Amino acid sequence: MTPHLQVRNLNAWYGSQQALKNITLEIPQKQITVIMGPSGCGKTSLLKTFNRFFELTEGARLEGEVIVNGENIYAKDVDETEVRKRIGLLAQRPTVLPMSIYENVAYGLYIHRMRQDTRAYKDAVQHYLELAGLWEEVGKRLHDPATALSIGQQQRLCLARGLAVEPEIILGDEPTSALDPISSQHIEHKLLEIKQQYTTVIVTHTLRQAKRLADYVVFMYLGEVVEAGPANEVFSNPKQERTRQYLEGLF
Amino acid sequence: MKFHWHRRHLGEIVAKILMYFSLGLVFASLTLILWTVLSKGLPALTWEMVSQTPKGGFYLGKEGGILNAILGSFYMAGGGTLIALVFSLPLALYLETCLGESRWGNWVRLSLDVLWGIPSIVYGAFGFILMLALGLRASLLGGIIILALLELPIMTRAMDEVIRRMPRDLEQAALALGSTKLEVATRVVLRQMLPGIVTAILLAFGRGIGDAASVLFTAGYTDSIPTSLMRPAASLPLAVFFQLGTPFPEVQQRAYASALILTIIVLVISLGSRWLAARVGKFSIK
Repeated sequence: MTPHLQVRNLNAWYGSQQALKNITLEIPQKQITVIMGPSGCGKTSLLKTFNRFFELTEGARLEGEVIVNGENIYAKDVDETEVRKRIGLLAQRPTVLPMSIYENVAYGLYIHRMRQDTRAYKDAVQHYLELAGLWEEVGKRLHDPATALSIGQQQRLCLARGLAVEPEIILGDEPTSALDPISSQHIEHKLLEIKQQYTTVIVTHTLRQAKRLADYVVFMYLGEVVEAGPANEVFSNPKQERTRQYLEGLF
Repeated sequence: MKFHWHRRHLGEIVAKILMYFSLGLVFASLTLILWTVLSKGLPALTWEMVSQTPKGGFYLGKEGGILNAILGSFYMAGGGTLIALVFSLPLALYLETCLGESRWGNWVRLSLDVLWGIPSIVYGAFGFILMLALGLRASLLGGIIILALLELPIMTRAMDEVIRRMPRDLEQAALALGSTKLEVATRVVLRQMLPGIVTAILLAFGRGIGDAASVLFTAGYTDSIPTSLMRPAASLPLAVFFQLGTPFPEVQQRAYASALILTIIVLVISLGSRWLAARVGKFSIK
């Protein structure tokens, strides 16, 4: 396995409370990695350290390294906006920008000046809406407010918006937990469809979703990584007692 | 399942009656005011009223118009609103981003609320003393400054509410795409807040243009169109006040025409602000 993202000796605190304890981890390239574990185990905190979001919380402090393509994203001379462009995030609750559907997708393209002319922007917007499986539903009303979409459509719009800035890694923080079952299925299918092109890291607290999506699994408990490995191995034959108990639904 | 009379239902009926009563009261007052102003002012409202300055020997004129007061009011309320905006937008942002719900922040909010509640004649008297101390005479500038002071708390508090209603996730959504903080502020946050800011500005403008007491001492009154910041300036509310105070029925009649003009201006502003806020708020997240 070739790691795309590596975590080395990562410790993180909220104030005096330690959220992540000495985490060392490798996330494989162009596969779906699922981080699972009970609530409060630090899985969302870990995800937030990957796109420099952890530091947005007041009182948050962090030591250690997160390495993407051989570069530590916590090095002093790193531009966090560039990190966030390359590592996209699909949030728990879909949050559209206060703009039209078209502008939501074009926003990232505009701020990073990724195209030359209007025609190219239009084509790009269509391309990413197609990629997110939303074009058929919104192609004829691109200039309506994004808030007019259903919550499931909004999450696919967020996906299109995130893909438009051409990230290499997609993070998903329980991206289906606010959605109805059918919309969740839509998102899961899309993530599976595009997994050959992107390294994907998903946090989930539902074991069944983890089993549906994962190529690689990370199991966390109380701020520590208990076990990490290929999905079929971890699910069928966990090495750690804690993992076995979790998979059996004991906690 | 049949309806049985119960004491709970009495409360419901009383509450309903009270609501209809208040609704009726609001509508009745509005209609009565509009009817009074229209029925008394319309006969005296001529094109001359809005296109000429007072003429005919009397201080406020049996002839001519009140263009001096219309322009004076627009200059003062416009200038005051502009100055208030320059101070209240940063103040509201500071209040939200730096002070938040802290004790000091709540003290600032309380102070603004108290300022909001201060009668405008007190503002006028305060302005008068201030101008005496500075050696200024009643002038357009004095009126603008005092209206800015009057409007500042209204505008700041209205904007504060707008910023507080800002969805928290929005900032992070924009940051996640690699936006800089400035891009988040100008392209996303401002866009979300724009309808609220428009409403706040026009609310303050409406309050400023309708206020008589604060400009009584600070801006004075004059028959001519304002030409300099340091010269006295007329205003519509004071035109109404002075015209009604004269012993001549013709001039009193003209007071209602002035009041009608003022009412129309305020009405247009408040309807316009609703229209504008809805228009720029089309894309806002509710």
